[in-house]
Amino acid sequence: MMKLNGIAASSGVAIAKAYCLVAPDLTVVKQQITDVDAEQAKLDAALAVTTEELKAIQQMTEENLGAEEAAIFGAHLLVVNDPELIAPMKQKIADEKVNAAFALQEVSSMFVTMFESMDNDYMNERAADIKDVSKRILAHILGVKIPNPSAINERVIVVANDLTPSDTAQLNRDFVLGFTTDIGGRTSHSAIMARSLEIPAVVGTKEATQTIEDGMMVIVDGLSGDVLVNPDDETIAHYEQKAKAFSAQQKEWAKLVNEPSVSADGHHVELAANIGTPEDLESVVRNGGEGVGLYRTEFLYMGRDALPTEDEQFTAYRAVLEGMSGKPVVVRTLDIGGDKKLPYLPLAEELNPFLGHRAIRLCLERTDIFRTQLRALLRASTYGNLKIMFPMIATLQEFREAKALLEEEKANLLAEGVQVAEQIEVGIMVEIPSTAVMADTFAKEVDFFSIGTNDLIQYTMAADRMNEQVSYLYQPYNPAILRLIKMVIDAAHKEGKWAGMCGEMAGDEFAVPLLLGLGLDEFSMSATSILKTRALLQSLNKVELEELAVRALDEATADDVLAIVQQYVAK
Amino acid sequence: MKSQQFKVVDAQGIHARPASQLVSNSTAFASTIALVTDNKEANVKSILSVMSLALRQGDDFTLRVEGADEEQAFTAISTILVEMGIAQ
Repeated sequence: MMKLNGIAASSGVAIAKAYCLVAPDLTVVKQQITDVDAEQAKLDAALAVTTEELKAIQQMTEENLGAEEAAIFGAHLLVVNDPELIAPMKQKIADEKVNAAFALQEVSSMFVTMFESMDNDYMNERAADIKDVSKRILAHILGVKIPNPSAINERVIVVANDLTPSDTAQLNRDFVLGFTTDIGGRTSHSAIMARSLEIPAVVGTKEATQTIEDGMMVIVDGLSGDVLVNPDDETIAHYEQKAKAFSAQQKEWAKLVNEPSVSADGHHVELAANIGTPEDLESVVRNGGEGVGLYRTEFLYMGRDALPTEDEQFTAYRAVLEGMSGKPVVVRTLDIGGDKKLPYLPLAEELNPFLGHRAIRLCLERTDIFRTQLRALLRASTYGNLKIMFPMIATLQEFREAKALLEEEKANLLAEGVQVAEQIEVGIMVEIPSTAVMADTFAKEVDFFSIGTNDLIQYTMAADRMNEQVSYLYQPYNPAILRLIKMVIDAAHKEGKWAGMCGEMAGDEFAVPLLLGLGLDEFSMSATSILKTRALLQSLNKVELEELAVRALDEATADDVLAIVQQYVAK
Repeated sequence: MKSQQFKVVDAQGIHARPASQLVSNSTAFASTIALVTDNKEANVKSILSVMSLALRQGDDFTLRVEGADEEQAFTAISTILVEMGIAQ
């Protein structure tokens, strides 16, 4: 048995076999061979296995997604068995006495080049299909495995270096019980995704992919951050017990689903959820969310090969608004750039992407993309309680420009005879220190603030949140952060506006008491944290915490702040 | 040998789906089946070959079948071309 330790990113305990999602090494080396028959047989065997594999994928895709989506694998199957592909490969092996892998690479790249050079976009794209198929065959010749997460058909724990948005989009929620990654922290994409899927995850284990092999038994303890590899029966029994205890605790929390979110002394706050897609709504409702505090619209733009149309976006926004039945839904406009890229929207390579051309900065330049989203939002506005939020606002000028575009599109729609809700609150994410400092000025023009702590902390501490070597600077309890948060909340209240928070901090058990004391109105978090936070809230006294918050602002270090909160909670 | 002239009518040309149909329905025949244009010739039993013609709407080509079962093969392939709205 081996034990790894990482960051507990999503709570719960999962026990299952490992599925390693690791990109294999497909490097081809040209070799001279002597036994032509053996080499050709090797090729035939690889083609046969590839055929079986594609048939299975085709069938599974057809069952899960329909015949339309599965059609492409029919074409791939024809390529694998294509006489014009196979004959030249065999010829090459016989004539040049080269290895099968090399022959495949030569012949397939000839076809790839041919298709890429055609004066026809459709055919150019087919080059990608040929590459894809060749990769599959090559993997079988080399005896390595190409992972195909969409084909997972048994309960597994996914093991990866990191999980990208497109990886997670392919994961089948019914079979993936948990995951563990080499890199990442509580706020990395993989961690956020695990919480939204409500599956246990441990990230940043550094060596998960080196230690764990396919099919090994793995326990992921998303409560402690431990990952156990090849556990003995006794350990498995222990963790099964722990999993049971956790689900019992969850059942206890579940009783609070329809309870109001009030402190022990009767102060009400809103506990909302962060979501990425309309499918996440089910979890929001099940966990008693009082609203959506952050709808990350970028997922609509990911995992596809063109921008989503106005109608596609409208359908998604409408589904979310209707799904929340009149409860507030804060939609964040496109936040792309930084660590989030789109294959069809080439962005220049930047030295500091987190400080670069992203989010509202990109949208104000690509107004075509931005206007489409604004129109879709405005059209959906009549189906619920929509609030629009602009991300990465650094200056008032940016907010004014974005709002002017919104007003223009609203006027356009009204002129076209399309209905738009009369009252739509328009607010901003506060994640750049300049905006927090200027919050009093912003408060006169925006309808609300939502503090994005993940980025606010990263920018205030000048610490890249993807860089593990500076992860010690990710300090939510640092008095510097608390003071900025206080400025934002006070500024909002002075103008009769509300202030929320949609970063990880909003669901943190030691941050919640401080934030309540500072007067935060809305706490938006992973849906699975809502009930736990509601239970916590019921034990907190706001009047006492106001005093505690004032003391916290005067503490010297993050540790000092944490100490006084823990002391209070223990009491 | 049997042959006949056709013109592509499918707005998308001979793309992956019709090409797949042609290929899947050719492999069972012993005859050589080819699509011939002015400067190229494609083996209908090969999807890569058919696709590499990149035939577009309005392009002319000849279907040429030669071999023991050429009658049946010709009927089968020309029927697919017409009935799937690929060419006429």
